Amino acid sequence: MKKEVTINVNGTSYTEEVEPRLLLVHFIRENLELTGTHIGCDTSHCGACTILLNGDSVKSCTIFTVQADGAEIATVEGMMQDGKYHPLQEAFKEYHGLQCGFCTPGMLMRAIDFLKHNPDPTEEEIRWGISSNLCRCTGYNNIVIAIEKAAEKMREVEVETVA
Amino acid sequence: MIPASFDYHRASTLQEAFTFAQEYGEDAKYLAGGHSLIPMMKLRFSEPAHIIDISRIQGLKYIKEEDGILKIGALTTEADLEFSDLCHDKYPILVDVSKLIGDPSVRNKATVGGNLAHGDAANDHPAVMLALKANIVAEGPNGTHNIPVDEFFKGFFETALEQHDILIEIQIPATKAGNGGAYNKIERKVGDYATSGVAVNLTVDTSDTVVDIGIGLTNVNPVPMRVSRAEEALKGNKLTQELIEKAGKIAGEDCSPTADLRGSEDYKRSITKELTIRTINKAWERAKASL
Amino acid sequence: MEFTCKTSKEIGGMGHSLKRREDDRFIQGKGNYVDDVKLPGMLYMDIVRSPYAYAKIKSINTEKALAIDGVITVITGKDLEEHNLHWMPTFLSDTQMVLPTDTVMYQAQEVACVIATSRYIAADAVEAVEVDYEPMKPVMDPHKALDPDAPVLRTDKEGKKDNHIYHWENGDREKTEEVFKNADVVVKEQIYLPRIHVASIETCGCVADYQTATKKMTVYMTTQAPHAVRTVVALVAGHVGLSEERIRIISPDLGGGFGGKVPIYPGYIVAITATFLIGKPVKWIEDRTENLQADSFARDYDMTCELAATKEGKIQAFRIKTLADMGYTDGSANPSKYPAGMFSICTGSYDYSTAFAEVDAVYTNKPPGGIAYRCSFRVTEAAHAIERMVDILAQKIGKDPAELRMENFIKKDQFPYKSALGWEYDSGDYHAGLEKAMNMIGYDELRKEQVEKRAKGEYMGIGICTFTEIVGAGPSKDFDILGLKMFDSAEIRVHPTGKAIARFGTKSQGQGHETTYAQIIAEELGIPAEHITIEEGDTDTAPYGLGTYASRSIATAGAAAAIAARKLRDKARKIAAYLLEVSEEDLEWEPGKFSVKGAPEKSKTIQELVFAAYTNYPPGMEGGFEAVHYYDPPNLTFPSGAYICVVDIDGKTGAIKVRRFVAIDDCGNIINPMIVQGQIHGGLTQGIAPAMYEELIYDDEGNILNGSFMDYLVPTAVESPKWETDHVVTPSPHHPLGAKGVAESPTVGAPPAIVNAIVDALSPLGVTHVEIPVTPYKVWKILKEKGVVD
Repeated sequence: MKKEVTINVNGTSYTEEVEPRLLLVHFIRENLELTGTHIGCDTSHCGACTILLNGDSVKSCTIFTVQADGAEIATVEGMMQDGKYHPLQEAFKEYHGLQCGFCTPGMLMRAIDFLKHNPDPTEEEIRWGISSNLCRCTGYNNIVIAIEKAAEKMREVEVETVA
Repeated sequence: MIPASFDYHRASTLQEAFTFAQEYGEDAKYLAGGHSLIPMMKLRFSEPAHIIDISRIQGLKYIKEEDGILKIGALTTEADLEFSDLCHDKYPILVDVSKLIGDPSVRNKATVGGNLAHGDAANDHPAVMLALKANIVAEGPNGTHNIPVDEFFKGFFETALEQHDILIEIQIPATKAGNGGAYNKIERKVGDYATSGVAVNLTVDTSDTVVDIGIGLTNVNPVPMRVSRAEEALKGNKLTQELIEKAGKIAGEDCSPTADLRGSEDYKRSITKELTIRTINKAWERAKASL
Repeated sequence: MEFTCKTSKEIGGMGHSLKRREDDRFIQGKGNYVDDVKLPGMLYMDIVRSPYAYAKIKSINTEKALAIDGVITVITGKDLEEHNLHWMPTFLSDTQMVLPTDTVMYQAQEVACVIATSRYIAADAVEAVEVDYEPMKPVMDPHKALDPDAPVLRTDKEGKKDNHIYHWENGDREKTEEVFKNADVVVKEQIYLPRIHVASIETCGCVADYQTATKKMTVYMTTQAPHAVRTVVALVAGHVGLSEERIRIISPDLGGGFGGKVPIYPGYIVAITATFLIGKPVKWIEDRTENLQADSFARDYDMTCELAATKEGKIQAFRIKTLADMGYTDGSANPSKYPAGMFSICTGSYDYSTAFAEVDAVYTNKPPGGIAYRCSFRVTEAAHAIERMVDILAQKIGKDPAELRMENFIKKDQFPYKSALGWEYDSGDYHAGLEKAMNMIGYDELRKEQVEKRAKGEYMGIGICTFTEIVGAGPSKDFDILGLKMFDSAEIRVHPTGKAIARFGTKSQGQGHETTYAQIIAEELGIPAEHITIEEGDTDTAPYGLGTYASRSIATAGAAAAIAARKLRDKARKIAAYLLEVSEEDLEWEPGKFSVKGAPEKSKTIQELVFAAYTNYPPGMEGGFEAVHYYDPPNLTFPSGAYICVVDIDGKTGAIKVRRFVAIDDCGNIINPMIVQGQIHGGLTQGIAPAMYEELIYDDEGNILNGSFMDYLVPTAVESPKWETDHVVTPSPHHPLGAKGVAESPTVGAPPAIVNAIVDALSPLGVTHVEIPVTPYKVWKILKEKGVVD
């Protein structure tokens, strides 16, 4: 039996009838065609599908769309504001925090949530903070640096963030 | 990995949840954070025909001290514990454990109630609640009942919750001077289930004599276990490294781990011993600091 | 020697850390990976896989699956057999089932494919297909595979009487034996490198789209070698009308590859067959479990290694005998002449003239594969063997492993150096590399600290690895895959306004080709890199090439780009001479400009010259400004590295902490230092992964025991240490840019450094070797055996 859901994604409200078993990641990728959110493992280990659900980073491969009814979701596509990069996006590019780019959207979404709780983190804290997300290309060094640098910038200037 | 079809029912009150549960009986499963159930469903190891979403039930998400008791609502997430000022100030053991459960994103969804209600000896909260001598409050169609944690874990993935029961609250005796707790686990990598985990909650007096002690173990026994013999060895005695060593040794002896990819039975006993020693020391350090 | 930039930052040629062109789309979530491709009317494929490692298929009942609303068809091996599409070649000229007609040979093998209108329905239908198997006892142990009474697995091969695939050897067996007989010191060790999996974060998949009206087959595919795939598909399916000009393989953005996206998996072929039969696009995306269980593995090399030396520690000879478990078929994508890849690099960075290496490969009931883990053709295995043995020798004669290495290194002035097994090392300065690493990490202080720690009963270890890599396959006289010579290509087309597009036969999976190739062309032509668009991966538009793997892109296609650009520069010179009315010899080049010698005010910019190539070129000259080059390297390139690792071990629990890791690499001249450093970081984490965490584990019945990310332990940022990197530069003398290739070096060099450090920490207990992955559990077992813990 299909259920109607209304979900706000990146500021736009969508109402659709969905199968209860439809995974949120598929709703985002296929129904809404926001393909920046990726699927890497299906078992909630890799974090490629990380989005913000009411501001918290979650793994959208392990949530049913119906559970997100009424929620506000932010995906990587919502990060830019007024055509400008979010400091995290900027820092990932500046400090070479990505290679194949597949884990990047999830990593960015996770970093937003992490910095919300810990705006001035140590290297060690960043490493634990992104331990929900696997990257196979970068060896994490530059991701850690990018988050450090973005945090610095975000402490200086008020950033309009998603969600 | 796609789950089988099911019907979805969202309960906004406990009563509504019970009504659904009674209607669909064995074919129904409660869903809170979903981080135990949904992976099983995606693998099609679990194919419930009905899912009752209890995550929106109001009033089950809190961490508060009341009448000398720390009360945790069952829908409190691990992240709520991790970032709780109250826990940081007075219950660091709960911060220890929440930081070691899953990973940061999982902790945003996973609930304390779910972690316990699953009855999985590999989950981390059971050992902690054993150490803290918690009281589990469950509610079902026939009303509310209290289950002392020692009576909660019945067997392999089996709890004292009755068929339609929902775990609604965890009650923990409020901390007092001389009390300190700690949790630690050895895991193969971040996010893994414990190879072994040890929870210790210790109360000492100014002469370092053990007034009260709880020790729980994670994933080294088919059922979450309390190391009663070690607790007895410590209680009423002045803490020394020899005594702590002895308690560790008992923990290693009394647990009943199974060999798996994480290691042999011997290995798990050995690290359980060592981890027990270290965790008691950590708890002791905190206990002394609170005096 | 450090490389100095010849171009300005605005031009952005070699040596500049240009920010990556590709990043903008990735950080906005606008990459285009295979699963992002959505075509009108697209159907979805899902795969029924075998629960058994070895079984007869008695029957497949598809009735219930076909009854599900939305299920279009179920394809089995018998269906493919009707079209003679049920077998395909592997890249090493072996054969592989697309779908089985009667027997399954490994767990998770593809048995039937369901096509449905949605992913969800396809998944339901997979559950509804009923397959009746008759399980047989699988052959899981490669040693037992050679027993006379072992069942012969490849009964499809006429006359095959055993499970032996090939014997390969290199070197002088007798001479080696002679040296060993007379040596003062001989050390021997059995070293096993287990099965591992690349586990790129994006799994494999494709969208196959056959247009019946135009008879054109377009396949969006996760492939590192799109051109080779097109040729293989034409060879497999040419007889049903899919001739090569009708096949277009598009490799879009790839979410990592590391070799795992080189092989042609059965799923691709079935999806291609399905769209061909149904006339609608078909998408197939595997999930992680399928990816880990069925896709190409790496390693599974059991090596018996021996090193002979004088009592002072001068290495005299190396001998290695290997048993390689290839699984059900040899799908290792090695060059034809080198079934064991470049394993003969195993003599390492040391100067001695005698060696013998042999490999025997066998079939077992495991999935096929062989080299897919950021490993350039078995170099990781080779480096692990020699670098462990050198440490074992040092330990045996009581010499510091750094000192022993320094004494045995090939010297800088010995290059080009002919190795004992026949390779001509192009360049290197091994002493400088190790010295730099030792200074950076503070080697002498660490050894002092270690003495103090040991006195207190603490376990601290320092491990060194000084490896030599061999990449850039390869010279056409020796290197081919399925007969296709391993050259690679670049085609540059400069538009009238001086902006360019260049296309290549390679395919980036995160290496940053869109940036680095543009830098190479900028270096040679002086056109700013940002004015150059780079395209790869579309076989309809790109020139033919063998693809990106084995660190070959810069060594082959990068060289092709330089030479194609030089062809254009020559043309520009002719035009400049014409426009400036001087002879070509009177012109001198600086990046972006020809000017008249002695009269620098008389000059033409490259942009002016390109414009003239369309508007005002010399009579008799061909118009336009385009060049193509297929580069056939004269030799391979030989990157090297000196790595040092420091570990601390918990003597009670066996926990291992990598305290520091310094990596000094020599990859020749560097195109983009930022990208090279990033490659090294990533490769190092893919080095610690097999060294301490990853392994595919099977039981005797052929069941995989860790086929998901729950138990296949890919390191997170917590397990991965903070890497410290630097480099020395000895340019390759034969590469047009002096570059060598880098991506795999760190994965080759890190595991021996880590293991050497762990063994060093445990050496007071008499430990000489530990197999990877070295887990806390393994260390604990040693501590227990030695009576340190109870």
